[in-house]
Amino acid sequence: MSLADFWFVVIAFLFVGYFFLEGFDFGVGALLPVIGRDDVDRRVMINTIGPVWDANEVWVVVAGAGMFAAFPYWYATLFSGFYLPLLLILVALIGRGVAFEYRGKVDSPAWRRRWDAVIVVGSVVPALLWGVAFANIVRGVPINARGDFTGNLLTLLNPYALLGGLVTVGLFLTHGALFLALKTLGPIRDRARAVARGVGAGAAVVSVAFLVWTEVSYGNGWSTALAVLAAAALLTALVANARDREMLAFAGTGAAIALAVTALFVALYPNVLPSTTNPAYTLTVARASSTPYTLKVMTWVAVIFAPFVLLYEGWSYWVFRKRIGRELIPTAVPHGAGPAPIRPDATSDADAGRPGLPAQPSPPAGPGRTGS
Amino acid sequence: MSTLDISRWQFGIVTVYHFFFVPITLALSFVVAGMQTAYFRTGDLKYKRMTKFWGKLFLINFAMGVVTGLVQEFQFGMNWSAYSRFVGDIFGAPLAMEGLLAFFLESTFIGLWIFGWDRLSPRLHLLTIWATAVGTWLSAYFILAANSWMQHPVGFRINAARGRAELTSIWSVLTNSTALVTFPHTITAAMVTAGAFMIGISGWHLKRRSEVPIFRTSMVVAMWVTLLGGVGTAVTGDVQAKIMTTQQPMKMAAAEALYESSQPASLSVFTIGSLNGRQEVYSLRVPDLLSFLATADLHGKVEGINNIQQEYEQRYGPGDYRPVIPVTYWGFRLMIGLGLIASAFAALGLLLMRRGRLPSSRWFWRAALWVLPLPLLANSFGWIFTEMGRQPWVVFGNMKTAGAVSASVSPGLALTSVIVLTAIYGVLAVVEVGLLVRYTKAGPPPEDEEAAAAEGDRPLAFAY
Repeated sequence: MSLADFWFVVIAFLFVGYFFLEGFDFGVGALLPVIGRDDVDRRVMINTIGPVWDANEVWVVVAGAGMFAAFPYWYATLFSGFYLPLLLILVALIGRGVAFEYRGKVDSPAWRRRWDAVIVVGSVVPALLWGVAFANIVRGVPINARGDFTGNLLTLLNPYALLGGLVTVGLFLTHGALFLALKTLGPIRDRARAVARGVGAGAAVVSVAFLVWTEVSYGNGWSTALAVLAAAALLTALVANARDREMLAFAGTGAAIALAVTALFVALYPNVLPSTTNPAYTLTVARASSTPYTLKVMTWVAVIFAPFVLLYEGWSYWVFRKRIGRELIPTAVPHGAGPAPIRPDATSDADAGRPGLPAQPSPPAGPGRTGS
Repeated sequence: MSTLDISRWQFGIVTVYHFFFVPITLALSFVVAGMQTAYFRTGDLKYKRMTKFWGKLFLINFAMGVVTGLVQEFQFGMNWSAYSRFVGDIFGAPLAMEGLLAFFLESTFIGLWIFGWDRLSPRLHLLTIWATAVGTWLSAYFILAANSWMQHPVGFRINAARGRAELTSIWSVLTNSTALVTFPHTITAAMVTAGAFMIGISGWHLKRRSEVPIFRTSMVVAMWVTLLGGVGTAVTGDVQAKIMTTQQPMKMAAAEALYESSQPASLSVFTIGSLNGRQEVYSLRVPDLLSFLATADLHGKVEGINNIQQEYEQRYGPGDYRPVIPVTYWGFRLMIGLGLIASAFAALGLLLMRRGRLPSSRWFWRAALWVLPLPLLANSFGWIFTEMGRQPWVVFGNMKTAGAVSASVSPGLALTSVIVLTAIYGVLAVVEVGLLVRYTKAGPPPEDEEAAAAEGDRPLAFAY
């Protein structure tokens, strides 16, 4: 295995990690209005992913940067060619990230409703578009002799790619629902399991259809084996969910996502981006890669530091392993989020003019503070 | 407009915007970590309330830095694919290292910090904010090493057959002299920025005499951070100027709009009149200063724009090698001037607040608020100067910006993205400033709440 091959595996691993991890937090975000009946429900849901969504998202940043470092030609053609979908993904991720951080900062239903909408859209859009993008990578796109994408948006919106988008949406919704079932208590947990049953069945249908299409048109022996395993994992998840085995069910959708993504990368190899214009213009692992020296440097860095990353990220999941439920959500409005506290008019400049004035007592609590 | 022009505007807009949040994060993370350390050591609730108050503002700012950083990572490939192909073998490595070493660290530990108040031991929880702070500095180092390579390419060779630059020494790239001086310059500028941020906000409260013990301490800390940052920025900036003079003489000449080589060269504080070197209505000049700044010698020779232009035509072939002079001239001055004002205010403030004094005059507190945005603008002008001053090059001496843009992106598409991103950034700016104002006014959390929390008699804190 050459270093370029190794880096193809690394990039695949990073995307597998990304879809496994952010897959469930996309699912949780998208299901906010479905499983969350009121604001407390929605807070429970958001808090299940609160400590981890940011680190989950870093996987795609590192995947992109790793692609830039190891396969600059792949990175350049793919990112400039898939301009509009990537822009939409960026916009969605920007809105979603800010929404998580800001939605609880003002105690107003209208404020929260708006940010909830941003979370839902910001979760569904990337879930869909990543599927569309990856299906197109496997299928190939028009690329000219200089390595530039020559298609347009409609080129990317072909039936195979759209089906791929449905698959990622379906898998991430199921994965997210099962994550919620695993991390919550009470009625949210029950509803999450019910949603996973319904959505999971749909996801299974589109996933099997997509994998069959993939294997018939683009697959090879290994990718077919992986696709079969992915389908088996998904079925295991659905059966486990029906039998109330939440951990197994969640592991099942996780494995299904990981195996399906791996199957796509295996089907793609040794290409990284096939050209539908002329096979001679296809970007391959060997031709798109960086020099052996750069790959060697990057390999050392990855081998030394990746274990630490996996260790501390794993530890953070361990710290937040407990289930949470409605009764654990404090009813008090957090300090500062309530209506602006009414201050004694300390702005009176006469007071401010006196030096050495003792500190005034802290301003009286706004309505929000009384509960704490 | 062409895809090139639009892409340049987009890069400028999203990068300047991103860099409003970055410097505050870089320095405030350490200040908050320091406050929490003080609480950990003393158990004094005052420090805990300070940590919570500044930590909240830190997080509001941090979130924006994170999400706008996503665009930074993607846009090289999206808008600058020719550049990405040419430099990927070198430029991609520090970016990937930044992701692996810094972004994972920051994002994991900030999550642990936000949600871990009740779930981690105090010692471990304290460690999470320090880990986050270290992560922000690592991130800064790698991205500045990448940028420094564009200013002063080292450790590479050109592979003409493949039409790309290839890495020959990662060590040279990571210890590029430009990076070694740009990093401390950026960090000290970040100290000025975060310091001024805290000065403005503390001043708002002190003017109203609210929570005086907390905000007096915050103010003194802020002023020291600003002052030390200011001195550090000046010292590192001076070293940087000398390195720039040898590495990118055109940028130094453009900073002064010096058209003809001069020995010694004076520095104009400002100039009224035309900047094309033909007509000067009035200028306030300090003799020999440019010579000193550029060469460390009061009588050193500083090359002029026209001379360098001739030299470059011979070396690189026909073409215009001059940056946009008014931008570099004024960018350079505004960077220095605005940073100086903030630092001077901090020095004055420390004098007025010595030994427990609290200034009484209203103008002082009002001025404190006006100091807040100055370093933010100084940073922007600094980056605009250093990036515009490198033009027409994207990689100095090796690749021109005009040849770096994506061939497959139409002007319409590029225009769509710049409009969409600018609109969203505009909306988010309003929301962000609104939240900062709200939480500034709310002040630190009430004492009883934190006391109760310290005794552990309330349910788990949920940050979202």
